[in-house]
Amino acid sequence: MSDIPKADELFKSIDYNPPATGWMETPVDFSPGHWCYPGKVEKVQYMMDKIPGVFGNPREWSPDQADWKLPPNWKEIVMNGFRERLHKYRSLQVFMDICVRCGACADKCHFFIGSGDPKNMPVLRAELMRSIYRGEFTLAGKILSKLTGSRVMTEDVLKEWFIYFYQCTECRRCSLFCPYGIDTAEITMMARELMHLVGLNINWIMEPVSNCNMTGNHLGIQPHAFKDIVDFMVDDIEEVTGRKVKAPLNEKGHEIIFITPSGDVFADPGIYTFMGYLMLFDYLDLDYTMSTYASEGGNFGLFTNSEAMKKLNAKMYAETNRLGCKWILGGECGHMWRVINQYMDTMNGNLQGSQMTTPKSPITGTVFENSAATKMVHITEFTADLIKHDKLRLDPSRNDHLTVTFHDSCNPARAMGLLEEPRYVLKAVCNNYVEMPRGTTREETFCCAGGSGLNTEEIMEIRLRGGLPRGNALRYVQDKNNVNVMACICAIDRATLVPLADYWAPGVTIAGVHELVGNALVFEEGEERTMDLRQEPLPGFEDEDDNWTPPNMEDA
Amino acid sequence: MNALYSLLFVFLLVLIPLFGVGAAHMKTFFGVCVPTTAMIIFVVGFVWKMLKWARCAVPFRIPTTGGQQQAYDTTMFKQNKWDNPSTGAQTFVRMLLEVFAFRSLFRNTKVSLHQVDGKPVVAYRSNKWLWLFAIVFHYSFFIVALRHLRLFLEPIPFFLHGLEFVDGILQIGAPVMYLTDVGIVAGLLFLAARRLYDSKIRYISLVTDFFPVFLILSVALSGIYMRYFAKVDVIAIKELTMGLVTFHYHIPEGIGTAFYVHVFLVSTLMVYFPFSKLMHMGGVFLSPTRNLPNDTRIRHHENPWNPDIKPHAYADYEKEFGPAMAEAGLPLDNPENAKSAE
Repeated sequence: MSDIPKADELFKSIDYNPPATGWMETPVDFSPGHWCYPGKVEKVQYMMDKIPGVFGNPREWSPDQADWKLPPNWKEIVMNGFRERLHKYRSLQVFMDICVRCGACADKCHFFIGSGDPKNMPVLRAELMRSIYRGEFTLAGKILSKLTGSRVMTEDVLKEWFIYFYQCTECRRCSLFCPYGIDTAEITMMARELMHLVGLNINWIMEPVSNCNMTGNHLGIQPHAFKDIVDFMVDDIEEVTGRKVKAPLNEKGHEIIFITPSGDVFADPGIYTFMGYLMLFDYLDLDYTMSTYASEGGNFGLFTNSEAMKKLNAKMYAETNRLGCKWILGGECGHMWRVINQYMDTMNGNLQGSQMTTPKSPITGTVFENSAATKMVHITEFTADLIKHDKLRLDPSRNDHLTVTFHDSCNPARAMGLLEEPRYVLKAVCNNYVEMPRGTTREETFCCAGGSGLNTEEIMEIRLRGGLPRGNALRYVQDKNNVNVMACICAIDRATLVPLADYWAPGVTIAGVHELVGNALVFEEGEERTMDLRQEPLPGFEDEDDNWTPPNMEDA
Repeated sequence: MNALYSLLFVFLLVLIPLFGVGAAHMKTFFGVCVPTTAMIIFVVGFVWKMLKWARCAVPFRIPTTGGQQQAYDTTMFKQNKWDNPSTGAQTFVRMLLEVFAFRSLFRNTKVSLHQVDGKPVVAYRSNKWLWLFAIVFHYSFFIVALRHLRLFLEPIPFFLHGLEFVDGILQIGAPVMYLTDVGIVAGLLFLAARRLYDSKIRYISLVTDFFPVFLILSVALSGIYMRYFAKVDVIAIKELTMGLVTFHYHIPEGIGTAFYVHVFLVSTLMVYFPFSKLMHMGGVFLSPTRNLPNDTRIRHHENPWNPDIKPHAYADYEKEFGPAMAEAGLPLDNPENAKSAE
């Protein structure tokens, strides 16, 4: 992090004027910091064995070296894959043909706004692929070549793809503004599928994918360790509330199975959100279980190919059937909900067991007809319903030391439309709620710049640049309304927004919605809490010792 | 550079009929053969392209949602039906708004960077110029094309008279100036100027972006020249055009070269259309992020090529981690797995 410029300097370095050379002639910077580390050999090999035909070429390689060790027939593989996908996805075929380069998308991408790199304009990112489509698959492109913006597939083009399609977080903001709905996320997904065929991948995707397949969660934590961590959080909850909550794992015969991204289990501040879930379920005495086998809701397969996405997603139904649950309650996660809303039932609906039913809240009796096909309810829907029916005793004043804003996570916002439910919950559990400026929230929300498997350290400057739009909107409400917490409903957000806020809006912390629910939840009449889930003192209970600065540490 | 190439192409295209009719007297070729062939290529090409798209699978429903979903409780959370439709009828309305009002372009914004009190500020403001001129251009073009029907229909249907009346309602000049003639030129000039002026858009603009703008502009200008300045013999032209649609080909005398230039440019446009980005006209109807309802959590949909892929089996998982699971007190399906592999 030391060689990353200060926020002001970085901001001043942004120039929206493109370079003098045309984009086909402008070379790509392959120096370290511009790319994520390639996938480890054993991880790629593992996935090759598990799903034949869609991963390939495991090897040691590095993007800053000239030789990327591609297979000799790499071009044939990529072009055949391209041709195949043009038939398998109307989206790809239509998006390749109908862009008019009107530029409405150009300044919508967070990576462009923060970098000024023209290849981060969604239109040009797509042209990197479209130029090959025209040059290799259309007659006009073959004859007129450069005049039609066409080029043939070369190793340099593939290398350019690697840099820029791993510099897209598939957030779909550009798609919202496109007059034809061209979705760069879809184009990025196709480009990544093609690159996986010849072994161009990144480890921050390959390792979670293989871990999720093997152990159930992205960090590869084995079931006993998973249980240890959950028990640890149960102890922490007891420390804060004096109550020992239940945390059932792998138990058969419950009505509901709860699945959340494993980021909530392992990473700070996600763990506080997880504690909020546990407290809520215990309060309700909910008939539920969690699973170590299906312990990852987030679907890293989405960032590789539809085959891996399907394989990882299928665990949810498989485990629901094995444990005999009727429906699935899903935690706060971005990509997980894109996969659930747009892909799950189509991919794996046939795996649903006959015991599964349209979700019905056992507490309020509400039937969630809007999830009749997937049998899966978002936790903010579930909790909003509880609040509406007055089933929760809440003390929002416990969050009075917080002024909260809400970051719409891209996928629930733009691939689902889950906008009001989390706001309803937040407004019920905290008294100080503020919206960030228009143009940066709801369907127009800005990405955390670490989605789609890019939340890795080695591209931190790229992430911070991409984080400018979100960070700057946050800074605005921090200055104007004293916002000190940004709540979100995505585990990747909870990981990536922390360095983003530290850089662009220092002093703002990141929380999940259910962390704040956990804070406000009153277990018993007259219950008094002295600290929040982070074990920091609530207002009025500050320990003076906390303000003590150790000797010689004043400058630190 | 790309703009210059495009302009040059269009000049060359103008020269061809000028020379062909003016010097070589190939009136039948330019008055009958070219437009008939162009029309055939246009229709066949358009249909071929639409079929090519329609034949591609739509495995997943991937609408981009621009508003609140259909919630479990529709009274608590009001659905944004036009931007996040969940039924076919709502999706139809979304498409109407998209096709007839350019709904997505309407929300266009512009980003700018500022320093306020020494602090960085990223600002967004509504930017509807592209929407406005795009809509002016497209509607003008549409009405101009519709007005031309009077040359191909006998008797002329009543709505065409009405259309012409409204289009010329300002009663400026003689012959009366059409609003759409101004609109199409203004729209095209803005679209061209924008490509040249905005450095970002200039950077992404290809010959194939400038060429259609200049081509359509030349079509419009040659038409305007004929109507307001050359004042061509419309009766004679109608004789020719009616001949085209009734297959009784006939070239009347007294039609100026300007007409053949106009027809040749229109023919070029028709031939170019199906093989270019102009096919966005048909493609917008097939865009999967816009023409599908957001109902995949509600209703089942089939993927025509759904691959047979099973999850990593729980039995294998338990076999691998059984001893540790047993020690941690996690329940096992098969007690045998509690023993370590050795």
